[in-house]
Amino acid sequence: MLLIYCPHCLESREEEEFSYGGEAHIARPLDPENLSDEQWGDYLFFRKNPRGIHHEMWYHATGCRRYFNVTRNTLTYEILESYLVGTKPQITEVGV
Amino acid sequence: MKRYSGFSLFANALSYHEKWQKVWRKPVPKKEYDVIIIGGGGHGLATAYYLAKMHGITNVAVIEKGYLGGGNTARNTTIIRSNYLWDEAAQLYELSLKLWEGLSQELNYNVMFSQRGVLNLGHTLQDMRDIERRVNANRLNGIDGEVVSPQRIKEIAPLINTSPNSRYPILGASWQPRGGTARHDAVAWGYARGADALGVDMIQQTEVTGIRRKDGAVVGVETTHGFIGARKVACVTAGNSGVVAAMAGLRLPVESRPLQALVSEPVKPCLDTVVMSNAVHGYVSQSDKGDLVIGAGVDSYNGYGQRGSFHVIEHTVQAICELFPAFSRVQMNRQWGGVVDTCPDACPIISKTSVEGLYFNCGWGTGGFKATPGSGFVFADTVANDRPHPLAKAFTVDRFNSGALIDEHGAAGVAH
Repeated sequence: MLLIYCPHCLESREEEEFSYGGEAHIARPLDPENLSDEQWGDYLFFRKNPRGIHHEMWYHATGCRRYFNVTRNTLTYEILESYLVGTKPQITEVGV
Repeated sequence: MKRYSGFSLFANALSYHEKWQKVWRKPVPKKEYDVIIIGGGGHGLATAYYLAKMHGITNVAVIEKGYLGGGNTARNTTIIRSNYLWDEAAQLYELSLKLWEGLSQELNYNVMFSQRGVLNLGHTLQDMRDIERRVNANRLNGIDGEVVSPQRIKEIAPLINTSPNSRYPILGASWQPRGGTARHDAVAWGYARGADALGVDMIQQTEVTGIRRKDGAVVGVETTHGFIGARKVACVTAGNSGVVAAMAGLRLPVESRPLQALVSEPVKPCLDTVVMSNAVHGYVSQSDKGDLVIGAGVDSYNGYGQRGSFHVIEHTVQAICELFPAFSRVQMNRQWGGVVDTCPDACPIISKTSVEGLYFNCGWGTGGFKATPGSGFVFADTVANDRPHPLAKAFTVDRFNSGALIDEHGAAGVAH
């Protein structure tokens, strides 16, 4: 059971209150009309799947109902930080 | 390879079963192989076997970081069926089911394949519409299946609660009599023994740490025991496919998540079929040993921990107790998780890559065990001939760019 800190509610809550939003920091294409098939496929389906540090979106479904980002280690499940959408993560490597 | 038979059992009894031939050798890796298969699970071993058997390529090594069949092959709930909706997937899984039917004879190894039938329950009107559509599609593809009523379900599995007053009443089911279960370890061991007899080297306790390339083509793999050369490298690494792909600078549209299962204490025979339910999300069968084998869902988030979230398994146990009230008195024995590589369309990737001589067989997600023989069969053909096997054509990684997805979330919706 993950204990996730919501930066909106300023509280750590159990993972059942949240739903997973997938990889964070994926930019929506600015010029979708002119994307190649490769670029579209990449945007829609190809995700980072690291064995280690992962930046991901979470949605506080039964709380504030807002999205935020989390840096989590997918191997140890340790949550290293929660941060607001639109801001950059502090932690980008294991052990930093 | 000395064949197993009634006579060999008798003959070995005379020497107190102490002189059985080793099931496979423990070879020292050669400098170079024609094909290196990364991953010694069921799919990898099946690929090695069919490469040697069907294509005469015997200078092959299977490199496994742990022990043979110790990953998801050892962690699944052993359910076998082929009632998938779309033609491409149905044909691939049906090829597999046909191979299962002759596998014990083919390998001279008892894989304990038991065609005890598989029920997929429907609890809502939409479930039933989907089931009817899927069964019709199956029959058009020559796959056995029928839509059955709650009365018939009760005859097949008397312990099931078909009361119309239950929280999620059972309205019907699809029934595939040729489906069933098999002994998961035996499949890996049988293929390993067969491949070993044909000259394939099983290299265990050796982890691949890099894929060496030259001019856009693969030349071998770096391992914890040094470099091993190869003309072709075939990756069959399930949950770690993304990690292995990254070694060659590739990306895959897979996400790795733990899938959980549990078994109960052994009880007397009470369930002689496989029962699955998408809607309440659980599936159960009884092993020959007597324990109830219960499967849960995948975690909603990525993870490489072989355990999974507690609330996922709690939810499944609630569903199973709802379906089988009698099972609420059975005690749980143990729980575990395996890391599965889920694809956006719940179908596998069997594909060449942009690196010459590098092939991937991954993305089986929650339902790879049933496909072990077919997966190995078509992947061996793909690797040997450097082009997709006709049944694997639809499963290349290019489909995520062309948009030709094969949406099997309906038939694969219950993790199995």
